[in-house]
Amino acid sequence: MPTPTLSKTPPVVDVVPGTPGVFRRFLTAMGVQNVSLLIAIAFVVLVIGSQNPLFFTVPNLKVIGTAIAISGLLAVVQTLVIIMGALDISVGSIAGLASVTSAMIFTSAGPFIGVVGAVGIGLLCGLLNGCIIVFGRVNPVIATLATLAAYKGIAQLISDGRAQGYTGADPFFVFLARGSVLGIPTLIWILVVIALGVHVLLRYTTMGRNIYAVGGNDVASRLAGININRYILGIYMMTGAVAALAGILITARTGSGQPVSGSEGLELEAITAAALGGAALKGGKGTIAGTILAVILLGILTNGMTLLGVNSFWQNVAKGGLLVLAVVLQQLRSGERRIGLPG
Amino acid sequence: MSAHASTLTPPVSAGQVVFSATDIAKSFGPVAALSGVSIELRAGEVTALMGENGAGKSTLLKIITGDYQPDSGVLSLHGAETRFAEPRESRTSGIRVIAQEPEIIPHVSVAENIFVGLLGASGPVFRRRAVLEQAREALAEFGFAGVIAAETLGSELSAAQRQIVEIMRAVVDRPAVICFDEPTSSLGEEEVEILFRLIRRLRAEGIAIGYVSHRMNEIFQLADAITVLRDGKLVGTKRTEDTDHDDLVRMMVGRDLSQMFHREAIDPGDTVLELAGVSNEFVHDVSLTVAAGEVVGIAGLVGAGRSELLKTIVGDFRVESGTLSMGGTAVRFHTPADSIAAGIGFAPEERKAEALIMHRSVRDNIALAVLKRISRFSFVSSAREDELAEGYIKKLGIRTPSDRQLVKNLSGGNQQKVVLARWLSTTPRLLLLDEPTRGVDVGAKAEIYAIIDELAQQGVAVLVVSSELPEVLGLADRIYVMAGGRVTGVLPRANATEEAILALAMD
Repeated sequence: MPTPTLSKTPPVVDVVPGTPGVFRRFLTAMGVQNVSLLIAIAFVVLVIGSQNPLFFTVPNLKVIGTAIAISGLLAVVQTLVIIMGALDISVGSIAGLASVTSAMIFTSAGPFIGVVGAVGIGLLCGLLNGCIIVFGRVNPVIATLATLAAYKGIAQLISDGRAQGYTGADPFFVFLARGSVLGIPTLIWILVVIALGVHVLLRYTTMGRNIYAVGGNDVASRLAGININRYILGIYMMTGAVAALAGILITARTGSGQPVSGSEGLELEAITAAALGGAALKGGKGTIAGTILAVILLGILTNGMTLLGVNSFWQNVAKGGLLVLAVVLQQLRSGERRIGLPG
Repeated sequence: MSAHASTLTPPVSAGQVVFSATDIAKSFGPVAALSGVSIELRAGEVTALMGENGAGKSTLLKIITGDYQPDSGVLSLHGAETRFAEPRESRTSGIRVIAQEPEIIPHVSVAENIFVGLLGASGPVFRRRAVLEQAREALAEFGFAGVIAAETLGSELSAAQRQIVEIMRAVVDRPAVICFDEPTSSLGEEEVEILFRLIRRLRAEGIAIGYVSHRMNEIFQLADAITVLRDGKLVGTKRTEDTDHDDLVRMMVGRDLSQMFHREAIDPGDTVLELAGVSNEFVHDVSLTVAAGEVVGIAGLVGAGRSELLKTIVGDFRVESGTLSMGGTAVRFHTPADSIAAGIGFAPEERKAEALIMHRSVRDNIALAVLKRISRFSFVSSAREDELAEGYIKKLGIRTPSDRQLVKNLSGGNQQKVVLARWLSTTPRLLLLDEPTRGVDVGAKAEIYAIIDELAQQGVAVLVVSSELPEVLGLADRIYVMAGGRVTGVLPRANATEEAILALAMD
């Protein structure tokens, strides 16, 4: 390998003189973004906890955990899509379609086939999204906006717009919805496992690296030998499968397959959490840890405001306000030039 | 829109100081980017600003435009102390900087691009014909009439034409001060001539001109005075007649660089790459060979199809007819991944847009093409990745605080070395380099030349596209010259002169 004869010794730039303090090391390891989210969570917990002692009880914490599980799953995979520089708006509709089909298949073929069938349908929906984007050269937002409507329509067609099946007596679905392992609800376990899996994928594998690279600069990625189309198809299929899993959990929680209610609007909640967690919509930036912290923050905020008797209309205003505040702070910190449409 | 009538320039006599920055200091965190730097721009003179990448030239320019605020020091314009809180303020005061990579709006005409900030000044109605007419007049006035048409869409412009539009934006405003930031880095020799004519004209009109460039011969052609920075400090300012090439290089790097090229032609080995009659949309009937241990240059004017040829070789563009052989076997690359697998490395022309993931670390960028090799069961080995990155940071002298530094924070020369490191780590048989030293300072240039030499010594075949004739002449064993997508001639090192290349390039 070459050793340039003229190379100079690089100037020593000691950004952090001496041994970095515990706090600074903590900051670097966590990322400033995540630390701000933690501080926000601590603040909300303190305020709500001091107002209402019920907040700190174990049953209430379980309520929060199970309430965020479904939107958390979608937020995790949405983060993946956003890091790749794309967006999947159809996840809510896929969840609805999977919810209906899981219940319908369950009625005739039992819980196992019901779950597998629903996940299969999620994979197919994701594959179709990917194909429209890759082969039809359609912008991801437009493509999934179209399938958002189409998948919802299909769910309504096959269910005639009504709730399907009754899973409330099936032990497997009951276990999903209300069971627990080691004292922790199954729903939380599912979120933890999926989030950890995606975190490891992004952080430690070649695939994760390539996803960041594709989102950061797709031309450079192609010239560096990355098969971008394969990544787009793969990520959308994965998103479809996880959205289907969320749909199955909706079925389990409500006791029947729901074509629309329970899943409508979940896509926006997922994007909200990803953005709050620091994912940049233009791609290349974002972490699962950030998204999960954002999901938790949104979850305790909803729960706390309900405990404090805040009108649910005001809750929406508060969540919207929080997102704007978080992103404005992020942008101020990023030091980007403050002109034109921000990225 | 009274672009031609604005009189921002108070009458000044030639040689009078129009703008000065005195004793400027600027730090980013603990890093001092500038300290004790002063520069004067005089009416009717070209003042060159020189220094290696990282010397502080860009920071100084950004302080002049108001992008950055100096920590200390004084700016003065027409003798009065001034302060620019934001870029708009320096513009309205009559200071314009020509960006190195201009922002062009793709779907509107050249005319609208030129007058983009002034549209609306004449009322809410956009009169397309009047704007076109005005643009045509302005282009003709500044000698670009045949080079660029007012109706052309922004997206259809070449790099050189984009530069011209950027310059037109500034000159239609009749500013008192114009600063050029490496204006020729994307231009071919012909466009450079046009640009120089324009700059001399602006100088004759009494405008104070600042000129940042790495190209020594340009400086001597244009500059009246030369200010040199090194490591954020002022080395000195000299009148052009009081200095020479070697003196300037010594000032910039603090050592003698008389030997930029030390290429020793070695006997080329087996043919690595052979093109026979390769044609597609961009190139026509191109035949060439590159042998192991050989450095082959491709010269030509901007738009001659040189970059497109490299992209055709790596499989980013399709070969429609003709054959491409590696090591004597005909191959067909459907994607760049195929050519990488066959042992080709490719550093494209547009570093930021086509090579680097700007928001990721030096380490991630270096490892991008060899992730598979440094991972087990798809899990990237952090230790092996660190070893790889640290190794190349040391070998290529990449100046970065650590391998975790984001690439966007490095200077141009160091970014280019990161791109080289990425491809060297694939241990290529053939390396394609498109403008490898564009926007790179003298010191880093010499280092990159040394790297290319050493690679050739080790038997790597190297194909270099460059618009800088001295660079092609100094580096290459053989030079292919292209024009209009065709190879118009091939010159062995012994017969290659700037004149011979230009004659073929304008074929």
